[in-house]
Amino acid sequence: MNNKRKIRVLVTKAGLDGHDRGAKVIAMVLKDAGMEVIYTGLHQTPKEIVNTAIQEDVNFIGLSILSGAHVGISKKILEQLKEKGAQDILLVVGGTIMDRDIDKLKDMGVVEVFPMGTDIDSIVSFFRDRLID
Amino acid sequence: MSLDKIKQAQKKWEVDNKVDKLPPAKSDMGAELPLIYTPMDIENVDYLKDLGFPGDYPFTRGVYPGMYRKNPWQMRLYSGFGTAEDTNKRWKFLLARGNNGVAVAFDLPTQMGINSDHPHAEDEVGKLGVAIDTLRDMEILYANLPLDKLISSFNINAPAAIIMAMYITLGEKQGFASEKLAGTISNDILCEYVSRGMWVFPPSPALRLTGDLVEYCTRHLPKFYPFNIRGIIMREAGANMIQEAAFAFSNALAYIQEVTSRGLHVDDFGRRISFFFATGLQIFEEAARYRATRKLWARTMRERLGAKDPKSMLFRFTGTTGGSYYRTKEPLNNLVRGAYGLLGNILGGAQGMLHPAWDEPFAIPTEESALLALRTQQILAYETGVPNVVDPLGGSYYVETLTKQYERKIEEAIQKIDEMGGAVKAIEEGFMQKAIASEAYRMIREEKSCERVVVGMNKFVAEDEKQEKREMKFHEADPRVRERQIDRLNQVRNERDEGAVENCLDELKEKARRKENLMPYLIKTVKVYASIEEIMEALKEVFGTFKEPLNI
Repeated sequence: MNNKRKIRVLVTKAGLDGHDRGAKVIAMVLKDAGMEVIYTGLHQTPKEIVNTAIQEDVNFIGLSILSGAHVGISKKILEQLKEKGAQDILLVVGGTIMDRDIDKLKDMGVVEVFPMGTDIDSIVSFFRDRLID
Repeated sequence: MSLDKIKQAQKKWEVDNKVDKLPPAKSDMGAELPLIYTPMDIENVDYLKDLGFPGDYPFTRGVYPGMYRKNPWQMRLYSGFGTAEDTNKRWKFLLARGNNGVAVAFDLPTQMGINSDHPHAEDEVGKLGVAIDTLRDMEILYANLPLDKLISSFNINAPAAIIMAMYITLGEKQGFASEKLAGTISNDILCEYVSRGMWVFPPSPALRLTGDLVEYCTRHLPKFYPFNIRGIIMREAGANMIQEAAFAFSNALAYIQEVTSRGLHVDDFGRRISFFFATGLQIFEEAARYRATRKLWARTMRERLGAKDPKSMLFRFTGTTGGSYYRTKEPLNNLVRGAYGLLGNILGGAQGMLHPAWDEPFAIPTEESALLALRTQQILAYETGVPNVVDPLGGSYYVETLTKQYERKIEEAIQKIDEMGGAVKAIEEGFMQKAIASEAYRMIREEKSCERVVVGMNKFVAEDEKQEKREMKFHEADPRVRERQIDRLNQVRNERDEGAVENCLDELKEKARRKENLMPYLIKTVKVYASIEEIMEALKEVFGTFKEPLNI
């Protein structure tokens, strides 16, 4: 197991929302848990996000959104992943997300949703377990 | 009684009651707190020098002599959503119930200076605030609301000068000269580089725009507060209460330097400087922090910047319970959290409050939750007696001691930024950003270890709680907002004089290159219904855009 590659996560902020407290904290939490984390910074377009994800060869895209634009933006990222044949990269979304949108996001192909208030340990173990599956 | 006697009595009391066996307690910033404070702790407090009377230097006890006797604080709700019509309706609902003026929430496209039909705006139009593309939207937003009677406060930074130009033009159209207009515009771009990311231009031309607005208002809008330094943006991103005050002061110093470099004296605009801070739930620490902040600001203005007019020395602030203290689990608890934060603000001597509604972690407030937020303030102001006596915590051994300590801590943090070369340098190097992110991380780790208790989140959580999900009613965004907004934008485009728009934009670019004050040209440009995006694009050609430092 020692030569197993570390889990690589692209933490990103899409659209116009600049609230990056959650994104930065999650990046630090995942780093502390031994994962490799790349943070894109703010205002990324879905296209830029997917290009960076492919370039950085990540396992996950962790999208943080607090503006309520999560459905539209997630959809565009998933379309980009499909278009580039990069569906092995899994999309995870966190932020201000109401219950009623969680199923909607999962039906679209988001593998997991972490609404505000999610326990940070459960986020770490999700990333780990998901790759072992 | 001599202090020695008290000291001896305390020793005996401590031993008799085995107080060293009691569990320790920590301040919000992690410092250990003694069990009690006594006269010994304030032995060196000089009443007239350190506290004085409310309205007298150093203003520790309050910026005005009468404080809440004459009027309670300004009560406002931050409000805006959908199109201008939707927001106009909500404002009238709130004004009819005692809201003092309006605090405008703009949607993210407006805050970033792009139009509603920009591809990047697709999912954001009218979501977090009202959509403004042109002067036409402002006309509708303020329909039947005469600007000579209404106080407006604007939360807008990168395109602040454009929104201000629209407001001045709107006033003129309603028949009011600009000196009649009263209100506040945040116009604080530095906090955006630190925390919220609503920047467009690089810091240096952005500071120039800030300065243009302040200079113009100083000369033409004597009742308007042309900048409102937003500690809150940094606090909500994770800054602790000391960092919030220190970083906000450092940013303010950068603006003051920009404006005085144009030949204005600090007393020309010092009375128009105001602040907006967030307050946590540590009531006594927050109240002490505000007392310390008032004192330090007065000293900074007088001793460091040479202000002579006492009105320039006042730390006037709007407060709010920090929205980051609100939680999504058992969200009605936020009503209670909000009320305690509010109490801390008022004991701290706030001039205004923008109180958040309990459902804001989910969505913008409903009419019902917005009204509750207003009622929370009115009940504190009129039913509890809290505002009756000025600075009721003055003289408390505990609060006075903290006040002294916090004043020193804030000053030390400012000195550190001074040594780095000031706020702009500290931001360009990512210093403030990093300091804030580590505090945010500390808080979440403390929450995780239950050192920081959040009721219903990490304490008193029932095992079977997951099953009981209550249906709650939240604000529903109208799916047709974007379409309606784009229709109006297109209609404006069809009706306006395209040649005039182009000429104004060309002139604006030319003046931007020449470093003239841009306000008169912005007013000219918005008047012919140029859109916010067209104006920002023209300025980008001259100013360029910002590249974010990424160090976490």
